[in-house]
Amino acid sequence: MPIQYYIYLALALFCIGIVGVLTRRNAIIVFMCIELMLNAVNLLLVAFSQMHQNAVYATNKVTSAGIEGQLFVFFIMVVAAAEVSVGLAIIVMLYRNTRSVDINFLNRLKN
Amino acid sequence: MNLVHILFWFLSALTLFSALMVILSKNPVHSVLWLILVFFAISGHYVLLNAQFLAIVNLIVYAGAIMVLFLFVIMLLNLNKETEPKKNVWMKLAGTIAGGCFLISVTNVIYNAQTSSAELVNKTTLMGKGSIGLIENLGKTLFTDYVIPFEISSVLFLSAMVGAVIIGKKK
Repeated sequence: MPIQYYIYLALALFCIGIVGVLTRRNAIIVFMCIELMLNAVNLLLVAFSQMHQNAVYATNKVTSAGIEGQLFVFFIMVVAAAEVSVGLAIIVMLYRNTRSVDINFLNRLKN
Repeated sequence: MNLVHILFWFLSALTLFSALMVILSKNPVHSVLWLILVFFAISGHYVLLNAQFLAIVNLIVYAGAIMVLFLFVIMLLNLNKETEPKKNVWMKLAGTIAGGCFLISVTNVIYNAQTSSAELVNKTTLMGKGSIGLIENLGKTLFTDYVIPFEISSVLFLSAMVGAVIIGKKK
């Protein structure tokens, strides 16, 4: 597939995530939209890694060109898993203090 | 139009539709279920790109572990359609316009670059071939060139675990 198809797909997915973060007020949905944006980036990284593989694949079938992209995706997944565990703990604590998951309650942090 | 193309367009449509349903669903549980469908579709994309290890890890870690965690929290807090906070319609409109402006501007950049930039012209991804996505090659690189980041990520996991317990426990 041409690489720009993957760029457009990842871009659309990323923008859906942005719109979700900006328009929803439920903290858990906002968090899920962040996961959506992370996944858009992961998809793009894998596509680029296969693109770099394709550039040398015709002459060298066992090349490891582009493998860094897939390792990067692996590390992004590691960080995302750690982020989710801490984030959900924060949301549960927020709910325990305010009885709501509305992110507008967080503006009391200003004072 | 061969099978790979058909699968690509089908999975892309499924991904975008499910992603839209994530942000449009009123019930948080439905949002989580749509998000799981997004992850399955993205795993399908990984299989098409022959990134088999990442496809399986995506299913196990995201669709398996992380989404179950989300579902647990939603059911623990007893969230549903009635408890969903209502947002001002103007704020929704402003958020959509902001996201749409980003989409249009970056699409314009890519559209101009795909005919003029040497980085993008005639570049294609390798579909269903190549060995970098196989677990053997990824593991070899991970444990030789990237062993220090791998160890540091274990420290990250430990600190995240301790942090989650400390934040989550009752005072």
